[in-house]
Order: sequence, then C-alpha cells, then structure tokens
Amino acid sequence: MTVPVSTLELAPSAQYALRLGDDALVFAQRLGEWSAKAPELEEDVALTNLALDLLGQARALLTYAGTLEGAGRDEDALAFLRDERDWVNVQLVEQPGGDFADTIARQLFFSAYQFELYGRLVDSVDETLAAVAAKAIKEVAYHRDHAAQWVIRLGDGTADSHARMQAGIERMWPYVAELFDSDELERDLVGQGIAVPSAELREPWQRFVDDVLAEATLSLPERLWTAPGGGRRGIHTESFGYLLAEMQHLHRSHPGARW
Amino acid sequence: MVSVTSGLTVAEVRELVGAVVDPEIPVLTIADLGILRSVDRDADGRIVVTITPTYSGCPAMDVITADIRGTLAEHVAGDVEVRTVLAPAWTTDWMSEQGKRKLVEYGIAPPGSRPQAARGPVLLELSPRCPRCGSGRTRMVSRFGSTACKSIYSCQDCLEPFDHFKAI
Repeated sequence: MTVPVSTLELAPSAQYALRLGDDALVFAQRLGEWSAKAPELEEDVALTNLALDLLGQARALLTYAGTLEGAGRDEDALAFLRDERDWVNVQLVEQPGGDFADTIARQLFFSAYQFELYGRLVDSVDETLAAVAAKAIKEVAYHRDHAAQWVIRLGDGTADSHARMQAGIERMWPYVAELFDSDELERDLVGQGIAVPSAELREPWQRFVDDVLAEATLSLPERLWTAPGGGRRGIHTESFGYLLAEMQHLHRSHPGARW
Repeated sequence: MVSVTSGLTVAEVRELVGAVVDPEIPVLTIADLGILRSVDRDADGRIVVTITPTYSGCPAMDVITADIRGTLAEHVAGDVEVRTVLAPAWTTDWMSEQGKRKLVEYGIAPPGSRPQAARGPVLLELSPRCPRCGSGRTRMVSRFGSTACKSIYSCQDCLEPFDHFKAI
C-alpha cells in the first residue's frame, strides 16, 4: 500500500467530497455519543437516528473521495487511518456537546447549514454529489426541524432551560462563521458547476435561525469572539484528537478486524 | 451445484429477487418497498440487480444484498452483481398498495402522500390512522422511531403506541 499523501495535496474534487464527508462523519460520531445517555428514550432514538443518516451520507462521500483520489483508499481507510491534520471538517461539528442545550444549538446551526448546502448541491454537475444531496436533503429537513423544535421548547420554557439554551447558542456561535468561508479551491469548483458557494448560504441560513431564535425568545450574541477556523486546512480544536482516538482505536489496534 | 440458468428469463429472476424481504420489516418484500429498481442481464450475460436505500444510512442494505445473492445462488450459475444506486432518491411513493396493506396488518401505519416538495420545511403530515383500532385520533410521540424510516405515534382511543412509516 502506498503511503497516503496529505489530504491537502489531493485533487480539488476529491478534497471537496472529503470536506462534506468529514463534516458528516465527525458529526455522526458526536451525535452517537448520546446513545443510551439522552435525557429521554425518544431523544436517545432521535439523536442516534440523525447520526445514522449522517453516517450514511459520510460513507457515500468518503467512498467517492477515495474513488476520485484513485490510490485504492476505501471509506474505512479514510475514516480510520487519517491523523488529525488530514481531516478537513469544519470545527463546529467536532465541538463537544456534553450539555444537551449545547448539542441542540450545534444541531440547529449545522443542520440549517446542511439544509441550504444540499438544497443547492442537488444541481451540481457532479452526478454523484448531486445524488448524495438529493437523498440527504430529505433527511436533513427532519434534522433541522427536530433541532428547531427543541430550541423553541427549551428557549421558551422555564427560566433554567432558557438560560441553558442561551448559553448553548453562545457556546457554539463562534464556530458558525467558518461554515460560510469560501477559499480558492471552492471557488474553482463553483466555477465548474461542481461546488456550492458557501458564502451565499449565509443569508437563507440566517433568516431561518433568526426566526427560530425569535420564537424561542433567545438572542444571537452581539459581541462574541469568532473562532479563527481553519478546519478545511486541517486545523482543529483541542477535543478533536480525543474524538479520533475513540473512533479509530479499534480499527488501528486490530487491523482488518470484522464483526 | 446444478445450474438451471438456461431456464430463467430476466422476468423470472426479477420475481425471485423481488420476493426477498426487508430484514427489519419482514412482511414487506423489496419489490413492495420499491427499493428494487431493476434486474437486467449485461452484455456478458451476467445478472445485474440494482437496488436503492430508503435512507442514506439504512443498515439493512448489506443484509438485503447478501439475501439477493443467496436467493439467486440457488437458481443462477455464475456471478451476480448487486449494485446500489442513490439516484433517483427513493420515495415512499414507490411503495406498492399491496405493501401498504401488509404494513397495516403488521401494525405499522403506512406512509401517506408526501407533505411537501423535498426542499421545503417539514410540514405536519395528517395524523395516520391507528393500525389496530382504525381511530383517526392519534398523536405523534416522536419523529424518530426504531428504524430510520419510521416515527412513533400513540392512539388516543385504544391507547396503543404504534409505528408510522414516514412519507418522504
């Protein structure tokens, strides 16, 4: 097996598929952490259902990225044998969601983003990306709705749930800006009709989020720091290494293990 | 192994494959569900079966693929290819009427018509009828159920909880 090059040296189309796939896989892993730990049984089932949808999207996207790379890496090689700096997901999806309100805030921000992204990726000239998006948009519509309902229920709930939901919004807000960053790689692919221009997703995203927060009697932080970002270039936050360690440990300790 | 390939037409193979059941809802066949998209013979005479998942992460696809191979192994000599395609995206509109009747008998409320275009928000579907007592007075408990394709309801008349196959 050849030594894999850095993700950042891959062909633009492969990197783009990997960006979307890494977002979905890392987010699936984070949501899966709620299995058997959610505040109620229905929510346990819901969060793991969301994780399963995202895992399915990730499998299709990672498989496709491996095909575009053409070096024989399959979805497992990409998921389990890359180190931290070779992951190109946004930092929002790797944020720990230990408090349920943190998880729901992260969910609202990311699913509203994925909804706008997939809604436009269905028109990509890349048939595989368009097919993944056409399938996923139906799933993500449910994810976004689920998050919105919880934000409203907690925000417009008791004094305690309101305060914690507001804290969750503020905890995740610094990682929102990165979702809408464009770079040269993306702009080139947009020019070819393959990629979606991230910056253009901001306005419809903001409209949706503003409406939900207003109904929830919550507010967006006015003066809060913005994380420096860099997830698309392999720069990640402190907790990400721990996430990878847990996710990759079995595969690396027992190469080729099968159920 | 005795090969009986010569006797089978593509239509007959399709009938055999179509009878493979969904491992999670075993009253439904993959033909009832509409996830069996096509059965063809390629230029080399090999059978090619094309299926599509209900949801991106549907874990039943691997079992279904294995079951298709297992079923055909008894009837078809040589290699069989099972392809999974994502486009066009599966919709509950592809479920057969017979499939919907079987779901009710099994205790699962079948999908209604899709509530909206794929890009819109998720709008409320009309409450499904209780598959046990037929009452229309039902209440959604959770949009997510025991499998990706189902939500959970309860009946306000007979008080039984039941699964509803989500329309997508």
